[in-house]
Amino acid sequence: MEIAGIFKYLYEKLASTGLSQAWVDIISYSVAALIVFGFLAVVALFLVWWERKISAHIQQRFGPMRTGWHGWLQTIVDMLKLIQKEDITPATADRPVFYWAPIVAFVAAFMAYVTIPFGAGLIVSDLNIGILYIIAITTFTIISLLMAGWGSNNKYALLGGMRSAAQVVSYEVPMVLAILSVVLFAGSLSMVQIVESQAKIYQWYIFRLPFGPIAFIIYLIAGTAESNRTPFDLPEAEQELVAGFNVEYSGMKFAMFFFAEFVNMFTIAAIGTTLFLGGWQGPWLPSWVWFMLKTLALVFVLMWFRWTFPRLRVDQLMEFSWKFLLPVSFANLIIAGWMKYSKWFNW
Amino acid sequence: MSAPFRTEEFLVNMGPHHPSTHGVCRFLLTMDGEVVVKAVPYIGYLHRALERICENRTYHQCLPVLDRFEYCTSMSCEYAFCLATEKLAGIQAPERAEYLRVIMLELNRIASHLIWYGTTSLDLGAVTPFLYGFREREDILDLFEMTCGQRLTYNYIRIGGVSRDIPPEFIPKLKEFIEKFPRKVDDYEKLLTENPIWIVRNKNVGILSKELALGYGVSGPALRASGVKFDLRRDDPYSLYDRFEFDIPTGTVGDCYDRYLVRMEEMRQSLRIVKQALEQLPAGDIKTKLPPNFKPPKGEVYSRIENSRGEMGIYIQSAGDSKKPLRVKMRGGSYNQLQVMPEIVKGGKIADLVAVMASMDIIMPEVDR
Repeated sequence: MEIAGIFKYLYEKLASTGLSQAWVDIISYSVAALIVFGFLAVVALFLVWWERKISAHIQQRFGPMRTGWHGWLQTIVDMLKLIQKEDITPATADRPVFYWAPIVAFVAAFMAYVTIPFGAGLIVSDLNIGILYIIAITTFTIISLLMAGWGSNNKYALLGGMRSAAQVVSYEVPMVLAILSVVLFAGSLSMVQIVESQAKIYQWYIFRLPFGPIAFIIYLIAGTAESNRTPFDLPEAEQELVAGFNVEYSGMKFAMFFFAEFVNMFTIAAIGTTLFLGGWQGPWLPSWVWFMLKTLALVFVLMWFRWTFPRLRVDQLMEFSWKFLLPVSFANLIIAGWMKYSKWFNW
Repeated sequence: MSAPFRTEEFLVNMGPHHPSTHGVCRFLLTMDGEVVVKAVPYIGYLHRALERICENRTYHQCLPVLDRFEYCTSMSCEYAFCLATEKLAGIQAPERAEYLRVIMLELNRIASHLIWYGTTSLDLGAVTPFLYGFREREDILDLFEMTCGQRLTYNYIRIGGVSRDIPPEFIPKLKEFIEKFPRKVDDYEKLLTENPIWIVRNKNVGILSKELALGYGVSGPALRASGVKFDLRRDDPYSLYDRFEFDIPTGTVGDCYDRYLVRMEEMRQSLRIVKQALEQLPAGDIKTKLPPNFKPPKGEVYSRIENSRGEMGIYIQSAGDSKKPLRVKMRGGSYNQLQVMPEIVKGGKIADLVAVMASMDIIMPEVDR
């Protein structure tokens, strides 16, 4: 069952009503945005619950069990609680910055989904610079972290925000280089064309030896660092910084940061699926099911990391990025370029 | 040389309420960015005047107080006091009681090391080992609970013996534990020992040299990790420790990683002792009858045992005509380990301070008395 057909049908119905093209675009994009937003809201709620369940089972606990079947209502109830909470702003905070930080984080997290293909034909807008757009947009998250750190007027929050910004910036570089090697092979920045270039399973970029697996691992490590998760969760290092950049936030603003964090994790997994795991393609099942399966598998790996690894020290974190990941990703890019040029392995 | 821009050292107050100070330790840190220039520990937030309280109680009444001296290994604290009193009064506990004591002491050592394992990994950001450690500790606490009804402050070891015999279901449960625990320790090691992140966080961090350790009177696993093979169970045997076979693990460098390895191995060795003690456990009395007005003769005594955090010493002075001790002095390993910390964290990162503190296994009630 392909959902794309339904959307296409609806779009044609709308276009045939005699409205001008501008109105058709406005209406269809608004509806698409709402659908994506609704979908991601559900995904984020699910991921919070899922993470709690996974962590619980890794640690031989049950996790939430009381609200609904195996506690599936837990995050919804938590959200309701957070909405009802008093919205506290510290007296010394820089009010506008403090106020806008969670909103920037929230918006930046959702904007990436404009060019992520959820299935065959299921994409809001197939930009010809799709992946470049995503890299640019997700970097906005740093600004929100800095805003939160600075706006809170709290030592710990500022330290957390600064650490986070430094970390995300330095892991962005190897990540982009890993993505670049894929782009080099696909010959396009468009997400749809990248997916279409890996039609058969042996064409998935993760299986294109030797550069593919290395690029994938670099991407996964950098992605873990980007989404600030263990072993790179220094911005939130409880043992050193108490809670990091969001220490002063409460209620709905905290929930928005929380939401954005999980949406970002899903973004990392979704991009990984699109670039390396053949996107929506797969036999028998509908394309969107394949996309979700692969993405959730990657999310599971990220969660697995989080609940089994210790945390790196801040200088080791930087060293790892600049002294190890960066040279490796450069070398990898050269190998990929050479492979492309020499037409070897060009299946 | 003129600096390109002016930087300032700043003071950070780490504790007494901080997630990684294991209770109420406070460090006043002089920081240069992330680097610790100077660390000064401030203690006393948990001072309860335990020594003074003991002087106002009869010998038997002192034991619950000793439980609270260091609640992770209450058994050893009770035992240290009983040993001192027995030495003073010349009492010999029955053999079965001694065996039960050894079993309890070693199980308690394992439980304490499991807490250390959990909290250390938590301090370095790994959440899961914490729950693994507490899972096996739970089994040990169940054993204690079925024996004496308590899970933390046992009041089990008494002057002249133990308070009650083990119930019939104790031995099968303990055998089951002995059976499965080595596998569990392997699991713990699998999670951390070879983990590259764990290694970079711990290797060559907080190196405690042999001389420094001896100079500050550091004892226990921290001293052994620095390469000094000193264990009171072997070097000054008390109770029945000369009857059991066990190895004393030592480190070479004295860094956090060595301390980690030493403690992991100690858990295995403790289990070995428990196993041997269980095999040799004789039948018989569990308590020597003491006179209702128990008054040890005039004199003084210092006795020491190997606690999970180092040398646990009790000094008692008796006036001879009183049911209460004239003076009680306690010595715990944590105090010395805390005092040596400023020396070894200097020049490290603030995250290293957390690692060193965790690996030293400091517990504040023992420092503050």
